[in-house]
Amino acid sequence: MEILFYICAAVSVLAALNVVLQRTPVYSALSLILVLCLLAVIYLLLGAEFIAVIQVIVYAGAIMVLFVFVIMLLNAGREVPSERSRLARWLGVPLVIAFLLEVLWAVWNQFPSGTAPAADFDAGPAAIGHLLFRNYVLPFEVTSVLILVAILGAVVLAKKEE
Amino acid sequence: MIPLSHVLTLSVILFVIGAAGFVLRRNIITVFMCIELMLNAANLAFIAFSRYLGTLDGQLFVFFVIVVAAAEAAVGLAIIIALYRNRETLNIEDLDSMKL
Amino acid sequence: MLENAFNVVMAHPLLLAVIKILIVFAVLSGIVAYLVYMERKVLAFMQARLGPMRVGPWGLLQPIADGLKLLLKEDIIPAGADKFVFLLAPAISVLAAFTVFAVIPFAGNFYISDINIGLLFILGVSSLGIYGIILGGWSSNSHYPLLGALRSSAQLVSYEVAAGMALVGVLLISNSLSMVEIVNRQQQMGVWNVFLQPLAFVIYVIAAVAETNRNPFDLPEAESELTAGFHTEYSGFRFALYFMAEYTNMVLVSCIAVTLFLGGWLRPFSSVHALDFLRWAPPVSLVGAAVFILWLGLQSRVPLERYFFVALALGCVAVGVIISYPLILNAVQGIFWFGVKVLAFLYAFIWYRATFPRYRYDQLMNVGWRWMIPLALANLIVTAVVRYLLSAHTPASPVAWLLR
Repeated sequence: MEILFYICAAVSVLAALNVVLQRTPVYSALSLILVLCLLAVIYLLLGAEFIAVIQVIVYAGAIMVLFVFVIMLLNAGREVPSERSRLARWLGVPLVIAFLLEVLWAVWNQFPSGTAPAADFDAGPAAIGHLLFRNYVLPFEVTSVLILVAILGAVVLAKKEE
Repeated sequence: MIPLSHVLTLSVILFVIGAAGFVLRRNIITVFMCIELMLNAANLAFIAFSRYLGTLDGQLFVFFVIVVAAAEAAVGLAIIIALYRNRETLNIEDLDSMKL
Repeated sequence: MLENAFNVVMAHPLLLAVIKILIVFAVLSGIVAYLVYMERKVLAFMQARLGPMRVGPWGLLQPIADGLKLLLKEDIIPAGADKFVFLLAPAISVLAAFTVFAVIPFAGNFYISDINIGLLFILGVSSLGIYGIILGGWSSNSHYPLLGALRSSAQLVSYEVAAGMALVGVLLISNSLSMVEIVNRQQQMGVWNVFLQPLAFVIYVIAAVAETNRNPFDLPEAESELTAGFHTEYSGFRFALYFMAEYTNMVLVSCIAVTLFLGGWLRPFSSVHALDFLRWAPPVSLVGAAVFILWLGLQSRVPLERYFFVALALGCVAVGVIISYPLILNAVQGIFWFGVKVLAFLYAFIWYRATFPRYRYDQLMNVGWRWMIPLALANLIVTAVVRYLLSAHTPASPVAWLLR
């Protein structure tokens, strides 16, 4: 089980790097889909089966389809390298590494590796449903309104102007 | 069992990669994808904490994040299409004025 | 020796799973290959033709010949195609189609896995199959595939919504997302879900036909308009992969419909004990098949073919006798009824193709968005309300409900 986590983690980091380093948007999108699917596997390993499936259905199966669709619609080709900022070129990578080390240091200090997991708990759809419709009804209703607004907004924005 | 810190490390690495891409990339669609990557890194942290605290609330937060990400993607991509219609470019360096 | 091997397999759950996966994969590949043969034969029968007759007796070796031909053909990659994506796309289609079978219960005692989110798993993995189509159409760098891919994905997305909402109706009366549990529930209730959710069943079947790009919804590959749709530029083995994915998807939606609506592995009226003699159906139908094969053989003029058919008929009778032993008879009950129902579904798929003319694109979208989705929503609401009124939480009277 653990070994599966480390394989998924390593591949997802590589795929995430590929998302950022690829100059062709379609390849970035494909790598991101891979990252999302691998994260779903990791969610499964962490006992969050419902969220894992939701991740595949909504993220990989719907949101990323939208991305790929738009990339094809706009026929987004290779990105032209930017020549504007020399500062970014020399300082970019060291700053990213410094940021990474800083956050990692914080995390490792806060959560030493010996933290024991809680006992097995039920994360099935029934348990999630009970919690969702008892403790989180208001956020649930608010997000449904948000989605309605988003649909209307998307339709208005994407409509061709006369 | 997987130690909590290892999951969090993965989450941090993914987040930093996403953040770096967000700053470095010039294609607006790729930038958008980097945001999704950062959201997913945060989701992973939520799931990990949910597992180690033994409560389901973290998973519900992920649920809401995914829903909001769906709404965000719909509106965001609609904006990108509208922008492309007006400017015929996806490079964010050329999209630097508020007026058309 | 044999017992030893059995014990080793039982001791390693992973090994057992691998064996099951291999069995399902092999059988499924065979079924898919012969489904193409069946389609050609049935279509020919409906159009008063003979269909494939040349390769082997009664054309029985045709699928193997087709497969060999496609394997040996040149694998052409169009100029200007995005090579990596072009090679990847058909694999995604096949992978998504085959993976879903991991949660299909073929019988009460035979399934690869039973997870408590089975139905969601099906929706999730099958929604990944769309990438095979979009990427294949886009990477070909050609007009027909791109148009076909756009049509296909628009169609898939619109009908997936209707199909998903139809499935939620079943979910509401089953109280579970596990496929095995859904069938068990139908056994407990003594009635198949199709009688409780007829509207959902009709919607799901229509959406299933649309999702598999079959007639009358085969616009993505309308040959008179788009050559072959998204796989126009594919040839050889990669074309075979797309072909396989399409027919696997046909089997898949049939399996899902049978499991969710038609009681899965249960025999018809499994709660009526007066019909218990139906458990003799497997050997009887095999003997019937033997008679049919014998009749076919007697029509043949080639002596070698006659011997073949007689041998085949004898083989059928032999198998029929073997499975008549009570122990084996009980074991094959589930898989037999499941297979019969799936076969009926597949036959209906082929029947549609012979009967219905193709929809126009605007008609397709109209049916999907103006009829299917509202109907599915109405069905969902009615089901939920009825389910609530019948449940233990219901207050005794409307007044009590208002005062609650």
